[in-house]
This record gives sequence, structure tokens and C-alpha cells, in this order.
Amino acid sequence: MRSTESNVTQSITQVIAASSLGTLIEWYDFYIFGSLAVIIGQQLFPSDAGASALINTLAIFAAGFIVRPFGALVFGRLGDLIGRKYTFLLTLVLMGGSTFLIGLIPSYSSIGYAAPILVLILRLVQGLALGGEYGGAATYVAEHAPVGKRGFFTSWIQTTATLGLFLSLGVIVLTKNLLGAKAFADWGWRIPFLMSILLVGVSIYIRMKMHESPVFSKLKAEGKVSANPLKESFQKKANFKMVLVALFGATMGQGVVWYTGQFYAQSFLENTCKLDFNESRYILLWAIVFATPFFVIFGSWSDKVGRKWIMLTGMLLGVLCYRPIYQYFLDATNVKEMQKTMLQSASEPVVERGLVAGKPDSLITTTVSKTLTNGMTFKESTVEIIPEDVLAEVPAVETVIRDVTLSSSSYLMIIALVFFQIVLVTMVYGPIAAFLVELFPTQIRYTSMSLPYHIGNGVFGGLVPFIATLIASFQGSTPLSGLSYPIGVAALSFVIGAIYIDNRRDENVMD
Amino acid sequence: MSGLKKILGLLWMALGPVIIIFLFMQASDKIGAAAEGIARTNTTLQWAIIILIFIPICTGLVIFGYYAWKGEYDHLPESSEEL
Repeated sequence: MRSTESNVTQSITQVIAASSLGTLIEWYDFYIFGSLAVIIGQQLFPSDAGASALINTLAIFAAGFIVRPFGALVFGRLGDLIGRKYTFLLTLVLMGGSTFLIGLIPSYSSIGYAAPILVLILRLVQGLALGGEYGGAATYVAEHAPVGKRGFFTSWIQTTATLGLFLSLGVIVLTKNLLGAKAFADWGWRIPFLMSILLVGVSIYIRMKMHESPVFSKLKAEGKVSANPLKESFQKKANFKMVLVALFGATMGQGVVWYTGQFYAQSFLENTCKLDFNESRYILLWAIVFATPFFVIFGSWSDKVGRKWIMLTGMLLGVLCYRPIYQYFLDATNVKEMQKTMLQSASEPVVERGLVAGKPDSLITTTVSKTLTNGMTFKESTVEIIPEDVLAEVPAVETVIRDVTLSSSSYLMIIALVFFQIVLVTMVYGPIAAFLVELFPTQIRYTSMSLPYHIGNGVFGGLVPFIATLIASFQGSTPLSGLSYPIGVAALSFVIGAIYIDNRRDENVMD
Repeated sequence: MSGLKKILGLLWMALGPVIIIFLFMQASDKIGAAAEGIARTNTTLQWAIIILIFIPICTGLVIFGYYAWKGEYDHLPESSEEL
């Protein structure tokens, strides 16, 4: 009885703050891996693995996303059986513990292939935990929210994914700047992982003080808790068809828009456009700062006009705008062409001599720092391999551009374009928690809404960097070829959502 | 609108197998084109992951199409009683 009374008095603000903090930390844990993919690839795989190290690291990154639906099933079932509160306490402990342990894994040079295997296992635990976390937090807040404001209140939970990314980028940039590039690449990259244990400790303390959702408590008191939520969700046709329409008509498109705007954009700027490490992250940080309030704006607006068309407009704009946006990224950073007419100065060449990893061949790298008349700077390296066997064929000299910094106008324009992509993210993502909560009844809500959300985000969205990078590496493809994946998926989801989903706002989630 | 939902159901049912066949063709093409050794192992592994993930999803798309074709989405339930 006392518990029921305190449930009533616990303010919605406290509920949102406690739920959001834990979810934010889980996202932070999840994203530091993606943000450090290049460095982790160098640590986990042989030094001569090259591009395949990046692709394999992205595959490990994607593995964490792929198991999210399984986490949704396991923890969703627990949440519908034992309650929301204890379930997402458990997910928080698993997430924090596995992130901390990733920070302790020795590199490939110390333990060989055990390094990527151990990280893969911990990454899978992270994915399972996140799969259980989000559905719980969104359900918990939605079940506390007053009628007519569910979109507004759940949108605060939605901001945590972006703020978790912001926090991860901020910690990474700060650590790198404090330690210097070399120390960061050697061992400093572990600090953001190790820090997680402190953040999770604080969050567990706060969450321990929370009470069970009043809707779930009522259901429990009335003895109406589902005996087998998995069976009810997926063997009952009426529920399963809703799971399918939520996946193909909403979360699938939402997932690719999310990961294109916030992950692929940064990956593209750093790996394809060769932007400087810090510059690509600062761009994303600024864009996130300006765009984050739109989660709440669109969430709140969906309480008035319905969830459907806000989400679908975000998808459609993504389909129409991605190619021109990424073409601009390429044009604005094409220093190879620009230097033909705009070269202002070039430094003395710096020559480094070494050996090709694992081979006796000599490697000569000549690097020149260049400045263009528009203020852009970059480093141009020519890499020459001289075989030890004098009769062997000499490979062609390779020219590599890196560490590009932008002119002021291009810098602002790219921030604006990443900002625009994140506004699209807020359109598809701001209202979706309320949309999913309203789609499923209380008894099976945690299980049913978690699965389409995590397949949409974890599988379709989480695979964006991996599949897009893979497509772009095909012979004959262009740097923009990778975009065909998010554009195709978003277009399909838009059509299905427009035709099969109602633009409704369900007032009653107590059923 | 109900007619359109049903007709498109046939399209979704067809799209599932088409995507799987497309993925198998791409996988065979790319694995064949990869250099011998680690590169080929990596490419095989990557495509195996992609195909394993997308087979159940495409099966879901076929079921979704079947439900649409049968008129299951002509009216979406609005309360638990309708489920």
C-alpha cells in the first residue's frame, strides 16, 4: 500500500531524470566503441590488416547491435514478468561491467586473436544489456506520463541516445587532447571505457531509489501479469502483426536515419573525406548541441498532431537529401583538386624510413604539410615500397591525404548539414517511444515494443556504418554508393508506414 | 486504401525472397573476387553475418505481406480487447 502511495507522489520529473541518466550512460558505453573504431582496430588486429581491421572492428561494433533484439526478448520478458525497475537495474550492471572490462583487454600484440574474441564477447553482453534497457526506460516513463503529454515526456528519454553519443565524443576528445595523440592511441583510449564504472555506480544508486511503474504495479496487484509475454507477443497473430508493422513501417526507417545522421556522417567525414580526428568530432558535437532540443519539440508536437507524419517526414527528407549532402562533404574536402589552383604554401618534406609490417621490404613515407589560400590545411604523404628482392616488381607510389582541416565557411556549412541530418533524427526518433508504447497493451508492452525497436535500430540502423563501408569498398563503387543502403531502407519504411500505420494518439495505455 | 494494402501485400511477399537471392548473388560475387587468404576469410565471414541476419527479417517481410494480402491491416486494433 505504501508503495502505491509513493508511486503516486513520485514526480514525473524524478522519474524522467532517473530513467534518463541510466539510459544516457548505457548509450555512452555503447558508443565509445563506435567512436574509437579506428584505434581499436589497430589494437585488436595485426598491424598489417589495413582496411580489413576497420571493417572487422565495425563488424564487432555491429555484433553489439545485432544481439540487441535478443536482449529485448530476454529482458523484455523479465520486465513483463518481474517488473520494469529491477529489470533495467540488471541491464545497467551488465552494461557497465562489460564496458569496464573492454578497457582492460590486452592488445593483439600481447594475446593475439584472443583480444578481438574477448572484445566480441563483451560487446555481445553490451548489446544484450542495451536491448533490455531502452524498452524498459521508455515504458517506465510512458506509464508514468499524464494523458496528452506522453510524447513530450518520453522524448526526454529519446534525447539520451544522442546525449550519450555527445558525452562519449566529449570524453574521447578531452582525453586525447590531454594525453596527446600517441599516448591516446597507445593506452589512453582505454580511459573512456574504464570511466564507465563510476558513471554506472552513480546511476545504480539513483535507480535503486525508484519505484515500480504504477501501471505494472496495478497489473501485478490484480494478478494480471502475463504468464508468458513472449508467447503472447509472438504467437498471438493480433500482436505479432503489430510487431511487424511497427518494424517495417516505423523502426526500420527510423534506425537507418538515426545511424546515418549520427554515425555514418562522422565516419564518412573522417574515413572518406580524411578530415582531422578532432575536427570531425567537433562538427558532430556542435550539430548535436543545436539539434538536441528538437527531440522534445517533435515529441511534444506529436501529442498534438499525431506521431505518424512527423516520423515519416523525417524519413522522406532523409531519402531526398542524403546524396546531395554527402556530395557536398566530398566537394568541400577535395583538397587534391583544390591544390591545383589554390596552393598557398607547402612545408619541407619529412621523410620516414621503415619496414613493411611482416616483410623485409623497405617503406619510405614522405609527408608534406600544405595550406590552401582558403585557409584549409592537410598533410599529403607519398608511400613508396622498395622490395628487398631487387628483381621483384616495384609497387606504384601511393599518395595519401590526411588530417584535413576546413576553411571557416566549409566548416560552418558542414556543421549545418550534420545539424540538418540530426534534426531528421529528432523527427523520426522524438515521437517513437510514445508511438510504440501506445501500440501495445501493458501486459506485453516491454516485450512487444522492444523487439521491433531493437531490430529497427540495432540491425537495420547499427549495420549502416558496416554495410555502407562494405558497399563503398566494392570495385567500381563511388564514395556515395554506401548511401544506397540507408536510402533504400528508409524509402521502403516510408511507403509501408504511410500506407499501413494510423496517425493516432492512444489516450489510454492502462490496458 | 484497403485494396492498395492488399495488392502491396503481394509485393512484400515477393520482395523477401528477392532480397535473399540478391544477397546470395552479391555474396558469391564478392567472395569470389576477394584475394585468397585472410581477405577471402574476412569477406566470407562478413557476408555470412549479413545473410544470417537478413534471412529471418525477410521471412518477417513475407509474413507481413501475407497478413496484408489477407486484409489483417484493414483495421488496426485500438484497445487490448481487440487484440
